[in-house]
Amino acid sequence: MMGSRFDRLAGMHSRRGWLVTALVAAVGIVGVPVLNLVPPPGTWLHVPDYMVMLLGKFLCYAMVALAMDLIWGFTGILSLGHGVFFALGGYAMGMHLMRAMAGEGVYRSNLPDFMVFLDWKELPWFWYGFDRFWFALLMAVLVPALLAYVFGYFAFRSRIKGVYFSIITQAMTYALMLLFFRNETGFGGNNGLTDFKRILGFSLQAPSTKLGLYIVTAVLLLLTYLLCRYIVTSKLGRVLAAIRDAESRVMFSGYNPLHYKLFVWTLSAVLCGLAGALYVPQVGIINPSEMQPAGSIEMAIWVAVGGRGTLVGALVGAMLVNGIKSWFTVVSPELWLYVLGALFIGVTLFFPEGAAALLNRFPKGKGSCTSNR
Amino acid sequence: MHVEPVSRGPRCHGLEPKGRAPSSPREGPDTSHGVILYVEGLTVSFDGFKALDDLNLYIEDGELRCIIGPNGAGKTTLMDVITGKTRPDAGTVFFGQSVDLTRLTETQIAQAGIGRKFQTPTVFEQHSVFENLELALRGDKGVWHSLFARLTGGERERIEQVLELVGLTESMHVRAGLLSHGQKQWLEIGMLLVQDPRVLLLDEPVAGMTAGETDRTAELLTSLAGERTVVVVEHDMEFVRNIARRVTVLHEGRVLAEGGMDAVQNDPRVIEVYLGS
Repeated sequence: MMGSRFDRLAGMHSRRGWLVTALVAAVGIVGVPVLNLVPPPGTWLHVPDYMVMLLGKFLCYAMVALAMDLIWGFTGILSLGHGVFFALGGYAMGMHLMRAMAGEGVYRSNLPDFMVFLDWKELPWFWYGFDRFWFALLMAVLVPALLAYVFGYFAFRSRIKGVYFSIITQAMTYALMLLFFRNETGFGGNNGLTDFKRILGFSLQAPSTKLGLYIVTAVLLLLTYLLCRYIVTSKLGRVLAAIRDAESRVMFSGYNPLHYKLFVWTLSAVLCGLAGALYVPQVGIINPSEMQPAGSIEMAIWVAVGGRGTLVGALVGAMLVNGIKSWFTVVSPELWLYVLGALFIGVTLFFPEGAAALLNRFPKGKGSCTSNR
Repeated sequence: MHVEPVSRGPRCHGLEPKGRAPSSPREGPDTSHGVILYVEGLTVSFDGFKALDDLNLYIEDGELRCIIGPNGAGKTTLMDVITGKTRPDAGTVFFGQSVDLTRLTETQIAQAGIGRKFQTPTVFEQHSVFENLELALRGDKGVWHSLFARLTGGERERIEQVLELVGLTESMHVRAGLLSHGQKQWLEIGMLLVQDPRVLLLDEPVAGMTAGETDRTAELLTSLAGERTVVVVEHDMEFVRNIARRVTVLHEGRVLAEGGMDAVQNDPRVIEVYLGS
């Protein structure tokens, strides 16, 4: 029994697949920190601090992309509202970071600065418990999960599909953004939560803390990837793809698609929440602009560019698009949205299978091009 | 209607394996009166058009019934209602004595033991032939079970037997989308078989098949009847003549005639609306 469980895990990848995974993970988790710490700054091997922070951010995006691929690439449900789950996870962590610096704000109050500014006398009930790290972390995944579950239950039970579902998710993210913009909602209004001081006692300004956060993110991304890989190679994963391709046949085979969709939709939201919680201490701010409808669309573009239904494509896409974005927003920020649009259209027209398919095409050689869907 | 109890013992026709998938025994419908499907007073209308009009139909346990009729007679609508895809405006469909199918969802109806093949073959095109059968296989269809499920030896054996039966052993690792039309039909029939249903509803099972494939399908369906109830909607008269013991002719949502193929074919009303044209 132990043996067969191990075979199942080992079978998630081919030998080569495991090798590449291990290699990439080693570079990401060990290589980057070593290159940050060991070579003297200024030499070509050195990875500067700002680059570590940038990469840490990208890894959070990559985690979102994995979540997106589960629900879109594998199950065929295009969500254009994943920014909400990401932001909620971020807010939960932000709330903890605010509480962790109680008494050290501009007003030296026990309350977060924005509450003092609004002349609030005591902490709203929904801020209770966030002074504890574990509680905030729990909320970072539970709140997105709960929202996703309730939203998904009604949407999937009513058999809302395709573009209609996508539009409703856009509406959801827009509505929540408006809600969070209001000061009265109690999450800092349009400024959001910022000026954090430390996490678990470590100063957030210290490069060593940033490196630590980067490593934690990289490790969690690896675990998330393995979890997603386990799911898509399980029978459950095959049912998900079957729902994508022929839902009526799935029902007439005795499966209830509602349960499957709810499972993967909620899990996807949880992963986004986790990514958001990792993101906020690294960038130092969370505000309602994370819930902009355009942000959620961009998440879908990462997956489309990288290639749907492969997981690896999602990782590649998130890194690639955000890499280009970082470069462009320095060189010519006003052009970025045009570039993003062109990228999306170009990929859809010329590489419908995404960048990952290009990577795959090369090393195999002739006679193995079976992926002509 | 005769009330002869139908024997439900194992019948030896070489199709049913010794090692059936070891899942919990299905609580079968109560067929003590010999009838497995009672369709009574069934009416379905779409925008005023009555696809089914006070239809009454009884299918006996273990029989092989063919339903024929001109286009628009309501054949596919009838299947839609039985499988829960369409809700009737009036009337009932009972599975055995006590299960009211009009109150169940598609999933529940499938789990109760009614399998359906669509008019156009509907298989999971991105999955291999083997995976298609694995997904259809009778067993726990819950989320958690699927997350950790592994095929047991018995289940694998059952899939291999059905692969053999529908002639797809050679193609078991081929992506289902690459199969020919006839092969997809066979795969879908195979998916029904591993589901182990009491009633099989087959909508035009031989459409797009070669003469040889049609003959083999006829052979297969005939051998299934008895142990299972088989209801076939078909346009191919030669095929119907080959397999049918009892034929129901639908016309404008009602039963026009019912009986043996010869009797039905010589019925002047049938000739007028259908066969005579």
